[in-house]
Amino acid sequence: MAILSEQEAKIVISKALGFSGSDEIFVSLKGENNGNIRYAGNSVSTSGETSNISLSVTSVFGKKSGTATTSELDEEAIRKVVSRAEELARLAPDNPEYVKGLQAQQFQPTPSFFTSTDQIDADYRAQGALHSIESGKKAGLNVAGFIQNASGFTAIGNDKGLFGYNKASSVNFSATVRTEDGSGSGYAAQDYNDSAHLNIKSATDIAVQKALASSKARALEPGKYTVILEPQAGQELLRNLVSSFDARSAEEGRSFLSKKGGGTRLGEKLFDEKVTIYSDPFHRDIPSLPFSPDPGDGRPIEKTVWVEKGVVKNLSYSRYWADKKSVKPIVAAGGFIFEGGTKSLAELIKNTERGILVTRLWYIRAVDPQTLLYTGLTRDGTFYIENGQIKYPVKNFRFNESPVIMLNNLEEAGIPQRVRGSLVPPLKIRDFTFTSLSDAV
Amino acid sequence: MNRRDFIQLGSLSAGALLATSFAARGANPVHPQSFSDPGLDVSIKKRLADAGLNTARKQGATYADIRIGRYLNQFITTREDRVQSIVNTESFGAGVRVLVNGSWGFAAVENVKNEEQIVKATLAAANIAKANAKIASVPIELAPQIGYGEVSWQTPGVQNALQIPAREKVDLLLEVNRAALENGANFVNSNLFLINEQKYFASTDGTYADQDVHRIWPNFTVTSIDKSTGIFQTRSSLSSPVGRGYEYLKTNPTDKVTGVTTRYNRAYDIFEDVTAAARQSREKSSAKSVEAGKYDLVLDPSHLWLTIHESVGHATELDRVLGFEANLAGTSFATLDKWKSGKFNYGSQKVNIFADKTQEGSLGAVGWDDEGVKATKWDLIKNGILVNYQATRDQIHILNNNQPQGSSYADSWSSVQFQRMANVSLQAGKTPLSVDELIRDVKKGIYIIGDGSYSIDQQRYNFQFGGQLFYEIRDGKIINQLKDVAYQANTQEFWNSLVAVSDERDYRLGGTFFDGKGQPGQSSSVSHGSATARFNGVNVINTARKI
Repeated sequence: MAILSEQEAKIVISKALGFSGSDEIFVSLKGENNGNIRYAGNSVSTSGETSNISLSVTSVFGKKSGTATTSELDEEAIRKVVSRAEELARLAPDNPEYVKGLQAQQFQPTPSFFTSTDQIDADYRAQGALHSIESGKKAGLNVAGFIQNASGFTAIGNDKGLFGYNKASSVNFSATVRTEDGSGSGYAAQDYNDSAHLNIKSATDIAVQKALASSKARALEPGKYTVILEPQAGQELLRNLVSSFDARSAEEGRSFLSKKGGGTRLGEKLFDEKVTIYSDPFHRDIPSLPFSPDPGDGRPIEKTVWVEKGVVKNLSYSRYWADKKSVKPIVAAGGFIFEGGTKSLAELIKNTERGILVTRLWYIRAVDPQTLLYTGLTRDGTFYIENGQIKYPVKNFRFNESPVIMLNNLEEAGIPQRVRGSLVPPLKIRDFTFTSLSDAV
Repeated sequence: MNRRDFIQLGSLSAGALLATSFAARGANPVHPQSFSDPGLDVSIKKRLADAGLNTARKQGATYADIRIGRYLNQFITTREDRVQSIVNTESFGAGVRVLVNGSWGFAAVENVKNEEQIVKATLAAANIAKANAKIASVPIELAPQIGYGEVSWQTPGVQNALQIPAREKVDLLLEVNRAALENGANFVNSNLFLINEQKYFASTDGTYADQDVHRIWPNFTVTSIDKSTGIFQTRSSLSSPVGRGYEYLKTNPTDKVTGVTTRYNRAYDIFEDVTAAARQSREKSSAKSVEAGKYDLVLDPSHLWLTIHESVGHATELDRVLGFEANLAGTSFATLDKWKSGKFNYGSQKVNIFADKTQEGSLGAVGWDDEGVKATKWDLIKNGILVNYQATRDQIHILNNNQPQGSSYADSWSSVQFQRMANVSLQAGKTPLSVDELIRDVKKGIYIIGDGSYSIDQQRYNFQFGGQLFYEIRDGKIINQLKDVAYQANTQEFWNSLVAVSDERDYRLGGTFFDGKGQPGQSSSVSHGSATARFNGVNVINTARKI
């Protein structure tokens, strides 16, 4: 019930449009089935399943808009939700940033839904948890993990003929494995649209290896080090960078992309020439929604290059800001692709004379938006590399580093892999700044 | 969780201080008039709850609780001369938790209208419990709890902010924005977040608690830009989210703490604060960049609450200590052996930290928690020694204790309750000491006001905090504003470096609406009180960079 076909969704949306008495109307309809299981200390702690559907109607009078939602889809409920949205719109103050709704758009299909994932049930999750726990138990370790799957659809429509529909599925797995004495810890995570790619046992085995290998770490002095950031470690810092490519804040003078004296740094070479970052909802490894579903939006999401060979190529614009500046309203990136090279993580390690292998970063928070400085810590396995080999585990560090500086110090990028909906390569970076040590394991 | 998540909610997209949607499940936009509806009569709620409890008993439950919740939220967001959004939401339903064959089961139902729905949810919860029991290695051991009969509780002295016309609140925020721009800010965002939790709790212990909890958070951020240098600086409000109503925005002179900048106690003057903020953000642009090194830190309660939250509040959550949060938030350095020794020096002898669910005006204040335990107060750190944790009824036996504390909370009727942080606060100094007197002895120090950037490791050893305002102290005097300041420390070393705490006159609450925990994530509101405190020889770094 929660997942309607394109035709069924169109019928519901058309009914809502038919009940409209406002100047404009935007409708979105979303449904999702999801389930999860959580385990810790080698046994299941919580599990659950939910299914929901939500029809959201935004009605507009002039520049006043109001939104109402319902989970019931019979004709009377649809009539009521439209009437409630209109009532709320009449009450609302004028929104000077309101932009009239879009005409019909062409949306390309994206391969984001997989039946394999849609069929995941409680047994699948319980078996997955069991496999993960068994992997840890065999090695005498403690496993805590989480498996979550979802499948659903998003449909949008408005009074000007706009209609979009997309189905998507996802499965996420993560596990933290710790030694009994608490001296070692390892982590692994996987996320896919297609659960056929998920391998809970082999992922947990990696966390097991890291837990054992990270035990009894030695302390190194904090300072500047050559680091190899595994994709899991690099993803969040890079995501923070990509999500800061907003034109409005840059043009307002309050972004790392603002130029002294006014304007933006669009077109400037801000990073090493080995850096190319783009987003693409049609990428087969990270397919995602091909349109913007927000009320009053509905723009197609296209492949967009944000950084090419170190040069800033595009900034994202809201429809209002693009209109004001008379430019194309480019939608901000969700997942991103960092173009890498052909070397594996092992090869990057092999070519490193001295450095630190960082497998995961944690509690990353902004320190200074002017320079995009972030702080955070290494976690779940940090290792010293010498003459191309992992020599011994080291204690966790706190870092203070900007992804802008980091990507100027890029030595080499390896083969990208999927991490939390993005494609991220292992990155070898020189002069990465660690500012203190942590006793945490 | 951060402020952005609130704003995301404004556009109705689904979402620790971690990212999770704030009471978004089943939160439907409503007409603000519905905030005046009384909701279900308490007699109907009791009838519904009894239907569930009786079903649970028939299913063999040794314990069951039913929470019927109506959650009302209003979020108003503005920037400069315009309203960005006014979002009014209501979420209503019931959650049923049962203990059958020694295992928990939970199920929830939206828009609960009749006994049949509750019975169905109870049967579903019982089935889950029975299934879980088959794979559980150890049965749940639940601490006994007396029943309180039919009782009620309301946030004391509250003027219901949801019933103030939206127009009045919008006008207030736009006036605030005007004041910011007139005083030199280039940009300003201001917001008003209002929450009302109408929670009915019933359990097989015989408690039927009807509670009406109110919370409010007015806040802003101003930005000033120096066009010639391209430097921009922000200053956020020194308000706190609090367990109060609209009266929080009406100040008396006694609600203000004067000094290098005005801070606030039981009520908040948003105009005075935004006017100061506009000036201070401009001054910050040309302030001296801090020289890295060791300083004595004087930390205002508007700042220290967050350090307490991260380094003591989370570290003393028993489920973290036991490893239940290992895969996300992490574990804790404050392990059971340290507590058992009775000698673990968490801090210096002046450090007395307590958990408290009763404090007036606090975000965590309730009459009863979400498993029917009467709100109470207990010590966590006494004269520097770790003496207790925060635990739920099914954990407290691990501490060889059968006196529940009241640490259970669920962020919605649809979420299962689990251990959440109580208000955790640093006790004010016992001997009279003003802030001026406290600063007078500092030779080389920094006075930090307001919360800023924060980060701490997964076992709560190593942390780094920024702030809103930093003042250099030389030979007992505040000499100028500083910028680019952050301090790093180890939790145990930091709390052992505490040498003085101002007295009760300076005691104030800070807090957050967005304490995130769990998978799937839940969000909780919590306050932390303290008076201004001095920490000697803390490592300060300079955060300025060139890009």
